Amino acid sequence: MSETPQDLRYSESHEWVRVESDGSVTVGITGHAQELLGDLVFVETPEPGSAASAGEACATVESVKAASDVYAPVSGEIVAVNEGLADAPELVNESPYDDGWLFRIRPAETTQLDALMDADAYDAKVASES
Amino acid sequence: MTRDEHSLIFDRSRPGRSATAQAPGTAGDAVGIPDALRRRADPGLPAASELDVVRHYTRLSQKNFAIDTQFYPLGSCTMKYNPRACNSLAMLPGFLNRHPLAPAEHSQGYLETMFELQEMLREVTGMSGVSLTPMAGAQGEFAGVAMIRAYHRARGDDERREIIVPDAAHGTNPATAIMCGYQVREIPTDASGDVDLEALKSVVGPQTAGIMLTNPSTVGVFERHIREIATIVHEAGGLLYYDGANLNAILGKVRPGDMGFDVIHMNLHKTFSTPHGGGGPGAGAVGVSRRLLPFLPVPVVVREDSGEYRHAAETDFPQTIGRLSTFAGNAGVLLRAYVYMRMLGRKGMTRVAEFSTLNANYLQAELRHAGFDLAFPERRATHEFIVTLKRQAKETGLTAMDIAKRLLDYGYHAPTTYFPLLVPECLLIEPTETESKETLDGFVAAMAAILEESQQDIDTVKSAPHQLPNRRFDEVAAAKRLDVIYRPETAF
Repeated sequence: MSETPQDLRYSESHEWVRVESDGSVTVGITGHAQELLGDLVFVETPEPGSAASAGEACATVESVKAASDVYAPVSGEIVAVNEGLADAPELVNESPYDDGWLFRIRPAETTQLDALMDADAYDAKVASES
Repeated sequence: MTRDEHSLIFDRSRPGRSATAQAPGTAGDAVGIPDALRRRADPGLPAASELDVVRHYTRLSQKNFAIDTQFYPLGSCTMKYNPRACNSLAMLPGFLNRHPLAPAEHSQGYLETMFELQEMLREVTGMSGVSLTPMAGAQGEFAGVAMIRAYHRARGDDERREIIVPDAAHGTNPATAIMCGYQVREIPTDASGDVDLEALKSVVGPQTAGIMLTNPSTVGVFERHIREIATIVHEAGGLLYYDGANLNAILGKVRPGDMGFDVIHMNLHKTFSTPHGGGGPGAGAVGVSRRLLPFLPVPVVVREDSGEYRHAAETDFPQTIGRLSTFAGNAGVLLRAYVYMRMLGRKGMTRVAEFSTLNANYLQAELRHAGFDLAFPERRATHEFIVTLKRQAKETGLTAMDIAKRLLDYGYHAPTTYFPLLVPECLLIEPTETESKETLDGFVAAMAAILEESQQDIDTVKSAPHQLPNRRFDEVAAAKRLDVIYRPETAF
């Protein structure tokens, strides 16, 4: 299994979050999540400019096994989506923490980020579930 | 593999060839069709002899796995044997030749069977009324939730926007709720397979239109808190929807109506043994509690005081949710279910539940003995149960999909894989009551052999199937580049 990057934050529902220098946050699904899902065949990203609210379904990833919702870890406005996934959903499997990012949110407020886990806490959660 | 076995009917096509090869050509000129309406180009259909067509499709059918040829333990699908008597009696000339627009006075026999089918379904489910018109399970679900919506609207209760669905539900449940204009509230299943009551209490409220439940649930256990669930939802003003997919396990034993359900759809092609798979035709009869009676989809067969039968429609049911099919459902399928139920009788129905659960529990115990892990080891199975390959996937790389593919080599249709989603690496196994102990033992032996193989030579299992006309598909490519349109290399 891939290493869980130390510089990211993690949600209970297996999303990762990276705070960018401009204050926006980039969101993807974790290496563990893509491994459970298996090979992705389709990714549906939200409309740029639309509103996301924390804990609500925001994107859909579909694998050969199942379709799953991806939840917004923070509330705010969608400012960018990874357009490349439309033609290459496998990027999420190949590079979950980099090329396989899903969308970027400009958070309405930053306190929701504090509720997310660090890498060690996330690894412990994954270990306790397996 | 010869080229012949993979050929398409188009490959057998030769210009001008048709029907029996020696018959003189009969394709004449189309008489009386104005020139402007005639097609200019050939429609691109294959031209083959009758014998070529027979051989082609017979060969294709031999590649299929079917209940008539193989054990088919596809969980949540109830692939039981379809007694031949049902087919022959449903095809009696009086039924077969009845026109759907024939007047009621010419159709008393047919209408009487449909009335009795409604009554038997009403009795076995404990509901107050039944409509046979939905054409399949999904349409039955749609009718059920549409009735819930009509009920709330008729009371002016317009604030109910949510349907609660447990995470173990069939995917059709949330889809149905959305189709009917509701938002879905998902609630989790607890560690022993029951609905998480605290989670239910936290989401139920004046916005709750209802809850959709399968009982036994898709994790193969009976929902033990059903009375509490019914009380919680009813006290909040919501209704209870019963997904009849798993009715087989409780037939003649427990009735959804007695559990507090307000509406149910019944997959006649599952529980009542009508032919199944391949996309239909199905039949998804709906049953309702007293308060939903006015909203039943029409037509419904009624018996007059005079003893005459007729189709009751909008005049009798002014609040009906409407019609779901041109006429009155899939008559041929409904007749098969009728014959099946009449053959079983009240006692036979009970035996369905007893033997389907006995077979599932036997298979569950034997597979556990053979080294497989159960998802809910402390629970007794209903008509189906879940094996999880989570441990093997980690230890040897053996996944649920590998077992499913390798089972085909052993001559068994694969169980349901990766459903329900909440159990990792799962196989949902439903033997049904129509299988013998010998068949179940053969299946256990194949499963044990595959487990053994996975420890000796995992590559053989991971690259299965080896004995079938097709090897393992590239599922990603199949999903992403689905292209099944035939394009001739050269025009006809």
